[in-house]
Order: sequence, then structure tokens, then C-alpha cells
Amino acid sequence: MADGAADIDDVAPEGASTDQPMMYGVPCTDERGQPVIYPSREEYLDVLAMAAADGFEFCVDLCGVDALTNRSRVVPDGVEPERFEVVVNLLDLRGRRRLRVRTQVPADDPQVPSAVGLFPGTEAPEREAADLFGISFSDHPDPSRILMPPDWVGHPLRKDYAIGAIPVQFKAVEGR
Amino acid sequence: MSTATTPVRRPADAVLRISEEEALSAAIVGDEADMAALESDTADVSSAASDTADVSSARSNTADVSSARSDTADEPMLINMGPQHPSTHGVLRIAMELQGETVLRSKPIIGYLHTGMEKTAEDLTYLQGPTNVTRMDYASPLFNELVFSLAVEDLLGTEIPPRATWIRMLMCELNRMSSHLLFLATNGMDLGAVGMMLYGWREREEILRFFESVTGLRMNHNYIRPGGVAADLPDGWQSDVEHILAVLPDRLEQFDTLMTGQPIWRDRTQGVGVITADEAIAMSATGPLLRSTGEAWDLRRTMPYLAYDEVEFDVVVGAYGDTFDRYAIRLNEIRESMRIVSQCLDMMPKGPYRTEDRKVTPPPRARIDESMEALIHHFKIFTEGFRVPPGETYVAVESPRGELGCYLVSDGGPKPQRVHIRAPSFVNLQCLPHLMYGGLIADAIAVISSVDPIMGEVDR
Repeated sequence: MADGAADIDDVAPEGASTDQPMMYGVPCTDERGQPVIYPSREEYLDVLAMAAADGFEFCVDLCGVDALTNRSRVVPDGVEPERFEVVVNLLDLRGRRRLRVRTQVPADDPQVPSAVGLFPGTEAPEREAADLFGISFSDHPDPSRILMPPDWVGHPLRKDYAIGAIPVQFKAVEGR
Repeated sequence: MSTATTPVRRPADAVLRISEEEALSAAIVGDEADMAALESDTADVSSAASDTADVSSARSNTADVSSARSDTADEPMLINMGPQHPSTHGVLRIAMELQGETVLRSKPIIGYLHTGMEKTAEDLTYLQGPTNVTRMDYASPLFNELVFSLAVEDLLGTEIPPRATWIRMLMCELNRMSSHLLFLATNGMDLGAVGMMLYGWREREEILRFFESVTGLRMNHNYIRPGGVAADLPDGWQSDVEHILAVLPDRLEQFDTLMTGQPIWRDRTQGVGVITADEAIAMSATGPLLRSTGEAWDLRRTMPYLAYDEVEFDVVVGAYGDTFDRYAIRLNEIRESMRIVSQCLDMMPKGPYRTEDRKVTPPPRARIDESMEALIHHFKIFTEGFRVPPGETYVAVESPRGELGCYLVSDGGPKPQRVHIRAPSFVNLQCLPHLMYGGLIADAIAVISSVDPIMGEVDR
């Protein structure tokens, strides 16, 4: 973990005048010893490619987050907070360090380029995020639902998707 | 690494791109368009055959796929395997494209066990959280509780006492043993060694009996909680653990006799479902699936948590990335876990089993009898829950199936904003089409079994 923290300073561009640390040219913070970077949707794939070239060749995880009801979310300066986030966890097997990539995704156009070309292992997690959050991953080879039935309406992990929305009719037991 | 010379086949080539409805309606597919699409695949199949030929020259096995293909005039069929198939370990369904008995492309179809546990987790307090996550990977429930608790403690900034750490390690290693024993049982059963099923369940029962004496339950323990563990180890736990450690080595020797040395077992597993290190890394595969390729990646060693840096154990790795290696890795990981457990026996520290931080831990029972404030305190913790500072964290542990991660987002309230469990079975399942491509149906059974998916964790 200490390696990761040191890296933030190494990669910061020389001419950066702000106090905001940068990594791969995008804002970076340190969350409990793990570096977190915040690329925009346009920078997303380029930053992932840069990270992969830098040793983060293993994409551990990809998931969606809905920040609709999260009032205490903090993003660094220069990052416009949006309703959805796509969070990617990368791993450097040789350097034994982790990197988290948080990309803001607006609610009115929930679309992110797919990382399957770069990390084939993100195929199922991207389908999961698309299924449960309604974030579409452009150029995904198989953008079908993965956990919910194919004819399901709605995206259950969104914060405005109510729990227990399906009415269940209980029937009396005969002969009691 | 012997696998370095084989080219990386893009795993996507092996995946069948059809919708679920198409797979349902089409029991048999053989129209012109499909045939044309399949013609282009023929080259892939023969290259796959030459891939496996490298392995079979090293370790005699594998039907000659290209000759099997050219001899048959059968049209490719689309067959659904599962979800109610005994070797799919629950409710896994695989749409397979078959050429005779050879599996071409395939697509795992999941979700039959999806109950929205990540959604449920957002409506439970942090103290209730372990009861939910423990039901995901039901063969190794303690790891789910552990990773969730570690994530909550990371956000809280709570230090847990050393005894709690060592109890967690002891219980998790025993759980790894029981999970791998379950794998040996089901793997044996899938490949025709039905007796193995009985032996595997029998040994697992020894460990579950110990779990019951410690946690009160055989499965879904809710034992590891944020702040420590639910209860101290019971009196006489040492002798119970010593009994397990005394019984198991002989039984593992018997498994070796029954399976490892058997020519039939070797023929069924060696050279079957081969994956290279590059492919496994590209597909984000972890656990025995990754280690079978020779990549010595075990979070207990490479990114230690709990007190794994204080105990001695070896990381078991394979060389060929085949089904046999994955079997052998799990068998030997039981032995390594026994080493860790015996060290836990010797090094178990004394002291409290949960943190003394009153923010997380309720007051002791005796205080509740004499103090109204303590009673209120207790009531508040169990009704409203404790508040966790805002932030997000990702914590990972090495579960028996691979990297089990928890991405936790808190907004400062008593319930999490988002709980995402990075389930190793879910991610490892992506490798299935790749592992089964060009093999026989009978090998597909061996491959599914060797990935050891737990569907509760896949679907969550």
C-alpha cells in the first residue's frame, strides 16, 4: 500500500500548480492507503490503458454505484459529481498494489465505454452493472441482462427502485 | 512457465453470443446462417486442438478434436445444460454449441438464485450485515462475514484485539478446509468416484461440528462481526481442533490413494480444461484457477491481512493449468490450512474477543443489569445501529475460491449506501466457455466442477 501512495507523487505532472495530486493526468486521492483516480468518461479508457501499461494488468472488479441519496460523498476538485459512478478496482500483481478508478456517469445519459477490449474479465461485471443500474456500456459484446430475467423492467440497485415492489397474495389455508 | 509460448486466444472467441430467449427456444439449431458462422470457427477448433496437443504430448490425454470434427457430418446443435443438472452445482445453466460430442462455443446463463442481496444489504445496519453476506458463498460463509467486517472496520478505523484476529484466522482456515473437502466430494462425484462424495462430506462434518460448538450453527454462522467475533471460543476448543488435525491426515492419504494416483482419475483430469497464466489474468480469474497456471498469487501471502504474515504456510501452485492441477491445489491447500490451524492453536493470544470500543460493542451483560444508561446503549446499538464515518473502501481476502472483495460506501449513517461483494465464483465463471472450448461434454463436467462455483455467490 505504501508503494501506491508514493506513486501518486511520482506521476504528478511537473507543471501542476494546484494542490490536487494527479495520477495518469487525472485527479487522485488517497483513501485509507489506496490511491483512487477520477477520470471523466472521455478519459476513462485511456486512463485504464495507461494503468494497464503501468502494471495494473489485472482488473479485479467493476461495479456501479448510485449516489442519489448519498449527501456526504466527496470528490476532488475538478470532478463534477454525477448520480452514478462506475468503480473499477485494478491490481498490480508484480508491484502488489491496488488502484481504484471512479468514473462519474450522469443520470440523463448513463453510458460508459466498455473496457472488455482491454480487460476481457470485465465482461460479466459490466453486464451486472448494466443490469442492476441501467448503465449501458457501449461496444459491450453481449449487453444482455445477467442476473435479472430478460423481460424485467427496471434496475433494482438504483436508489429510486423500491424494495418489495412486487405484491404477494397470501391465501388462507383450507380447512382451518 | 511452460505456457508462455502458447498464443493467447481471445476468450471472447469461445463465448456464444445468444440471448436467453434464443437459447430457450432453440433446442436444436442447424440453419444456413449458423453453419456459415460455424465454418469460420473450424480454423479455431483445429488451432485449439493443436494447443491441447502441446499439453497432451507433455501429459498423455485429450481426444483429437480436429479428427473428431472432420469424421462427423452432424450439424452443430445448441443444447441447454442445466439449470437442473446435478453436475452444475446448483442452478447453473450453460447454452452449449455441440458438434457431435465436442463442445464449441458456450455461454453460462446465471441469475436463477438472484435474490438481490446487495440491495438487501443497503437496508440492514452494519451489525446485521454479516447475517446477509454470510448466505452468499454458503460453502465458506465465514469468509463473507470476514470481508464485510474488515471493510466496516476499515471505515470505522477500529482496531480489533489480537485474540479476535487469531480466532478469525483459525475459523477461516477451518472453513477453507471444509470448503475444499466439499469440493473434493463433489468433484469426485462429478467424475464418477461416488465413494468420494461420502468421504468428503464425512470429513467436512467433523469441521462443521466444531463450527456448531463455537457459533451455534453449522452454516451461515454470523460469527465474525464488525469489531471482533460474536463469542469467545468455548471451553475445550483445543481438543476439538486437535481431534480434527489428528483425523484428517490419514483421510487425506486415503483420498490420494482413491484419486490422485488412479490412472482413471488422471485420464479424466489431466490436460482437460487448460488455461494459461496470461489468459487467467486477462479473464480476472483468481484462486486455484489462477494458481493452477503457476502464478503464485495468494492474498494471504502477497497482500497479508489478519495475521497471515506471522504464520508459516506454503502457497500451492500448479504448472499446467488443467483440471488435475486445480484438484491437487485444493487437496494440498487443506494440508497447508492444517499447518496454519495448528499454529493458531499454539499462538492463540489471550484477551478480549471483540473490541472494547463502546461505539461498536455493546456494554457487558453485567453492566446492563445495574445501569440504565448501559441498557439504553445496548438497545441503541441493536435497534438503530452504530454510525460509520462517510467514505468508501475496498477490502479483499483470499477465499477458497479466489479473491473475495467488498466495496463498501458509507454516507455516515447506520446503514451502508452500497455494499458490493466481488464474488470470485461470479468472475471465475467467465472462464468456463474458454476452458470447455474444443473439449468433450464429459470434460465439460470435469471443468465446471474444477472451477468450483457456488451459485449462491454467483447470483447473490
